[in-house]
Amino acid sequence: MAKYIGKRLLYMLISLWLIITATFFFMRIAPGNPFTSEKQLPPEIEANLNAHYGLDKPWYAQYGDYLLKVVKWDFGPSFKYKSQTVNDLISEGFPVSFILGMEAILLAVAFGLILGIIAALKHNKWQDYTAMIIAVAGISVPSFIMATFLQYFLAIKMGIFPVARFETFMHTVLPALALASTPMAFIARLTRSSMLEVMSNDYIKTAKAKGLSQGVITVKHAIRNALLPVVTYMGPLTAGILTGSFVIERIFGIPGLGAHFVTSITNRDYTVIMGVTVFYSIILLASILLVDIAYGIIDPRIKLAGGKKGE
Amino acid sequence: MEKILEVKDLEVSFQTYGGSVKAVRGVSFDLHKGETLAIVGESGSGKSVTSQTIMKLIPMPPGKITGGQILFNGDDIVPKTEKQMEKIRGKEISMIFQDPMTSLNPTMKIGTQIMEGLIKHQNMSKQAAKTRAVELLNLVGIPMPERRVNQYPHEFSGGMRQRAMIAIALAANPKLLIADEPTTALDVTIQAQILDLMKDLQSKMDTSIIFITHDLGVVANVADRVAVMYAGQIVEMGTVDEIFYDPRHPYTWGLLASMPSLDNDNKAELAAIPGTPPDLTNPPKGDAFAARNQYALAIDFEEEPPMYQISETHFAKTWLLHPDAPKVEPPEAVKNRMRQLSSTFDQAVLVKEGK
Repeated sequence: MAKYIGKRLLYMLISLWLIITATFFFMRIAPGNPFTSEKQLPPEIEANLNAHYGLDKPWYAQYGDYLLKVVKWDFGPSFKYKSQTVNDLISEGFPVSFILGMEAILLAVAFGLILGIIAALKHNKWQDYTAMIIAVAGISVPSFIMATFLQYFLAIKMGIFPVARFETFMHTVLPALALASTPMAFIARLTRSSMLEVMSNDYIKTAKAKGLSQGVITVKHAIRNALLPVVTYMGPLTAGILTGSFVIERIFGIPGLGAHFVTSITNRDYTVIMGVTVFYSIILLASILLVDIAYGIIDPRIKLAGGKKGE
Repeated sequence: MEKILEVKDLEVSFQTYGGSVKAVRGVSFDLHKGETLAIVGESGSGKSVTSQTIMKLIPMPPGKITGGQILFNGDDIVPKTEKQMEKIRGKEISMIFQDPMTSLNPTMKIGTQIMEGLIKHQNMSKQAAKTRAVELLNLVGIPMPERRVNQYPHEFSGGMRQRAMIAIALAANPKLLIADEPTTALDVTIQAQILDLMKDLQSKMDTSIIFITHDLGVVANVADRVAVMYAGQIVEMGTVDEIFYDPRHPYTWGLLASMPSLDNDNKAELAAIPGTPPDLTNPPKGDAFAARNQYALAIDFEEEPPMYQISETHFAKTWLLHPDAPKVEPPEAVKNRMRQLSSTFDQAVLVKEGK
């Protein structure tokens, strides 16, 4: 197992290097630079700025410098927010996005699984139809509409939750709900179809023939086997949600990481673009590794390469 | 002998988009303690549905028992609720399925799958159940059971998995074991081993067995009595000798003639029954087999034949046994094996009017 994880970590480093390289060069190919603005800067000042940030060096030197700094976990200063480094931006924004994201993931997984399982057990009955209507609504309604709906009804009309900002736990409920609605709907549909498939398997009939009740069969035989597709979806979902959502954070006035993904691009804020991309990639690669490990735990047939052969 | 199971006029149908499929149409048979009854028939003849209905394992809906009784130890199973059935399944009646590759939960240890039934039906503690699971694995001939009990199905071969299935089925000492084509998915040497194992365990545990198969070779090997099913009905039933050496129904003739035999070393081609079984959404008028039957009489297309009794244990549902029916010769392959059995009545006796 340790050997397997070690190997995977090595692959992760290689992927990360490829991602850094690709982002670095694509970013430079894009026209414009951090100092492009409506007001044309005098050439001397621009030259000074370039010299200050090292942009006057040849591309391979810049690339080499950048790689060295990333290895030391230093993403450099932001070009746009003069007093802050990219590390500051991440360490301020990420905890906020992380808390919100975890809440959303827990909500999405819990309710998605419950809805999906109920729908599958009551296949073609009203419970199934209700669950699937909720799921279709969750997938089709964009999160920003969901967010404004929640704000209007739960915050403004009923006053249960605060409208916006990020202060107490109550402040996190609405944005977490808005973030969770689409993944929850997706998980519900995945779980339902996967449960239906599992329930039609022969071993479910074997379990029934043993005299086990429907409840025991569902819990002990069906859910575990139905979980794999959901786990697969969890990898990218976790990375996406934990690093924040531009739209939701904007609507609720939350100082998360999400905004930087969008604004840094329009700003041509090279270091921020690089920083958040690298950071996102690390989280994504880590969640994919966790998903693969989870596979091996859920389904004993999936042997992790390099792991010990069955006892 | 004590009757453990009596099935009376069982009718099962499935509601589909194309209409209601009458999968089982008035099946009656009984089973004594310690006896093995084989139910044979081609795919779609209703043999699996009949056996699964005995445990009420058919999906309901779309399946529905539309008539008849299933008396297990004199107690009718048909009106029982799911909760009551849970006490019967696994404990009183167990089932072994056709494909051991898919009938075991791939993510659960073999031992746990055996223990489930023990914990449920015999109120065993986990520890006791595990000890018993090891014993059971040993009983069904799995070497190193202490190690095997902690393994997953994918670490077992097909034959080993079927042995494990048998261990699961026998865990709570059921009085009736239904084996639904238990050897079909296995290769021939393993088939023989599994059949031997089942016979051996039956004599040890005094279980009754219903053995579903389409393989007449297997039937000769394991069964005491045979019921031949066609289009949801039993068309002939008798002891193994009666079915193999004195068959009366043209469908049974067809089955026997299509069985390869070592004696049959001439160049004669293996016979096949022409055509396909009828659509049971609208069962044909008269005898369901008439359209494929080269011995069909005019009346076969008009009226369903009644059941005739040929001996104490031998029944056949064909007009050919009617006193006025013309004498017909069975096909060559069957004629060669025919013997005069001492128990046969002088004249076939009409027992039940066809509908």
